[in-house]
Amino acid sequence: MVPFKRLFSSSLGRKYLMGASGLALVLFILVHLLGNLTFYSHNGDATNAYSAKLHSLGLLLVVAEWGLFAVIILHIYMAFQVTYRSKVARPIGYDSLKSKGGPTKSNVTTRNMIYTGIVLLVFLIIHLKQFRFGPDLEDGYTATVNGVMVDDVYRVGVETFQNVGWVAFYVFSMFFLGFHFRHGFWSMFQSLGALNPRWSKPIHAMGLIIAILMAVGFLGIPIYLHVTQGGVQ
Amino acid sequence: MEHKHSEKKMNVRLKIWRQEGPKTPGKFEEFSLSDILTDMSFLEMLDVLNEKLIHEGKRPVEYESDCREGICGTCSLMISGQAHGPNRGATTCQLYMRSFDNNELITIEPWRAKSFPVIRDLVTDRSSFDRIISAGGYVSVKTGPHADANAILVAKDLSDRAMDAAACIGCGACVAACPNASASLFTSAKITQFALLPQGHPERSRRAIRMVDQMDKEGFGSCSNLQECEAACPKKISIQNITIMKQEYLKAAIAADFRAGMGSADGGA
Ligand code: SF4
Ligand code: FES
Repeated sequence: MVPFKRLFSSSLGRKYLMGASGLALVLFILVHLLGNLTFYSHNGDATNAYSAKLHSLGLLLVVAEWGLFAVIILHIYMAFQVTYRSKVARPIGYDSLKSKGGPTKSNVTTRNMIYTGIVLLVFLIIHLKQFRFGPDLEDGYTATVNGVMVDDVYRVGVETFQNVGWVAFYVFSMFFLGFHFRHGFWSMFQSLGALNPRWSKPIHAMGLIIAILMAVGFLGIPIYLHVTQGGVQ
Repeated sequence: MEHKHSEKKMNVRLKIWRQEGPKTPGKFEEFSLSDILTDMSFLEMLDVLNEKLIHEGKRPVEYESDCREGICGTCSLMISGQAHGPNRGATTCQLYMRSFDNNELITIEPWRAKSFPVIRDLVTDRSSFDRIISAGGYVSVKTGPHADANAILVAKDLSDRAMDAAACIGCGACVAACPNASASLFTSAKITQFALLPQGHPERSRRAIRMVDQMDKEGFGSCSNLQECEAACPKKISIQNITIMKQEYLKAAIAADFRAGMGSADGGA
């Protein structure tokens, strides 16, 4: 017997998976942000040292990357399932549909998580292409950290963000990350059935604070690099 | 002593969904009424419209109502985009014309969901809710001499919360207002009212699984935690019930799969 059959085939099961994968992604993004704060130091040493440290994890890093990939695929698959089912559940729409306010969390961003998600997916693909699969040691992007030759990922960042277009694209995408996160953070607890009324409001508020800090933390990097390193190289 | 007539009157413009039957396509039709008393209920205003239509030899607008005091869940109506109209915590039959402006254009539509097909005009078939209830929204009681009252003690906070869930009148506004047409609030209220009480415990896992499975089978949409259902619910049923449903279902699904693995019947109590 498959013990998790209902997880994939029932509406509630899909919500648990959505919430659990969301939780994993939130944790990843927070760690990613902490690592990326090294970009705010005055030169690339901290960033390159951090990246070298990650690479030294070897097999662990490979497992983490594939795990993350699986989680993202699951999150996207469930998102399309959930959206599609809701679309067919109301074949004829309303002439107008207006929120009744009160406790509602319905607004243009929360109703369109699928679209903020799609923007983030496009961003992710481009971001991976630029950094994860971007120029490295073999392309001569080298730096020395504690006497060891490592990837100069800092230089990739600096060069990418000399282009105002990329700065704008990253900033724009991080707004979407903020909106997606703002509903997603509270929502993942609700999806997992882990909210009691006492925590609901604080967690919702926390979601807003983390969403803003995160979006600002990330979108500041391209701006910072552009302003401080714009003329370099 | 004679009461001085201080009642105000108003004109209304109405844009109402008309549809001959389940299979025929519908469309909006516009009407206007003058000299409607502001203290008339919304349904009385529709009655005035229907009398006028009948006098003119036209087909009256079909809509549903029964108790007209907010307890039966029969009245529905999406009024200018809001389930049961603009007021929170009230049904359509508890809505009065003073909630609208003079000459305001009021749009009236049926609940819209694949699982609530239109029968005629504003009347929808909500038997999908009945089927969710029959799937498990009950407690089985042996016949015979009834048990002593209070033989089973129930904690006050639990009985209060169960009572709050039991306030659901099954109107369907939660589905109608939900941007995803999800029936999570209704189903969760019906699961919770029993899950919190000792009388509901023997059948709790079977109930959770069967009711959720039936809800899915009926083709309702997927909840995306927008909480618009709670905002629209005339009984202000809380989404905390959805949390409890999630917990009940998860526990039951895992337990049922283990039992099935040991060869017993699927979803047994
Ligand atoms: S939960 Fe509220 S809106 Fe939904 S059916 Fe029950 S009373 Fe109506
Ligand atoms: S007619 Fe009974 S609740 Fe409105």
